[in-house]
Amino acid sequence: MVGLDLERAGTVSTEVQRVLRKLGVEPEVVRRAGIVCFEGEMNMVLYTPGGRIILLVYDDRIELIFSDFGPGIPDVELARQPGYSTAPEWARELGFGSGMGIPNMEANSDRLEIRSRVGEGTVIRATILRRKSEAAGGRRETGS
Amino acid sequence: MTLREIARVVEAQFLTGADLADREVRAAFAADLLSDVLAMVREEGVLLITGTVTTQVVRVAEVMNLAGVLFVRGKVPAKATVDYAASAGIPLLATEHLMYETCGLLFAHGLPPAKRKRLPAEHDGPYPSPP
Repeated sequence: MVGLDLERAGTVSTEVQRVLRKLGVEPEVVRRAGIVCFEGEMNMVLYTPGGRIILLVYDDRIELIFSDFGPGIPDVELARQPGYSTAPEWARELGFGSGMGIPNMEANSDRLEIRSRVGEGTVIRATILRRKSEAAGGRRETGS
Repeated sequence: MTLREIARVVEAQFLTGADLADREVRAAFAADLLSDVLAMVREEGVLLITGTVTTQVVRVAEVMNLAGVLFVRGKVPAKATVDYAASAGIPLLATEHLMYETCGLLFAHGLPPAKRKRLPAEHDGPYPSPP
């Protein structure tokens, strides 16, 4: 993936969904994976020089691993907070950068691990369980 | 309500996907902020009403399995975006009406709002509580 390539931003997500559908993965899991991937992909395009997205499919879960080449997140806990954003004005004009990216990745995953080192890059691993009981859309859905 | 009926109610033109005009739309969601669409819409088969005309609108529609996109205020996306929507099977409609009018007309004709997801932000956001 190349950073700042807005024309193609979002293509990985649709490809991920296509692959998952072909593998017969449950529709709700495909939907959540698409949303998680889109948010991760947009973050990569908007904030980093580029990176890789790896999709792992298991019998009981799928994992999406986002690995970028910088600049890193100085305060990961802050970045997890809804509404916190460092997005430049041009990103907001495109309809992104409202500070809901990482919270929405969490809402659509069963587990979201973030490791970041400033100046080196960030690795995010999103795990989505393939259980019927998860079909409602994730553990954080109801909020309160 | 079908896309055809929606087009009639708000005097919209199909930019692409006229062959899917009989597709049933369950509900509608209106926003210019794509982050909100990604975070709040939880059903499939929803119509997105928006004034944002970037390619990402169509990609979001694809990822979220939306029924279609209705552009308001006379805005029309670039031809490449329309072509992409055609290849992805996402119907695009455009109306001269403003977003408020468009929503009002469709609501009055019985198109319900999309059920929304509640977000952690609404319970403990980063904003300080009022004194």
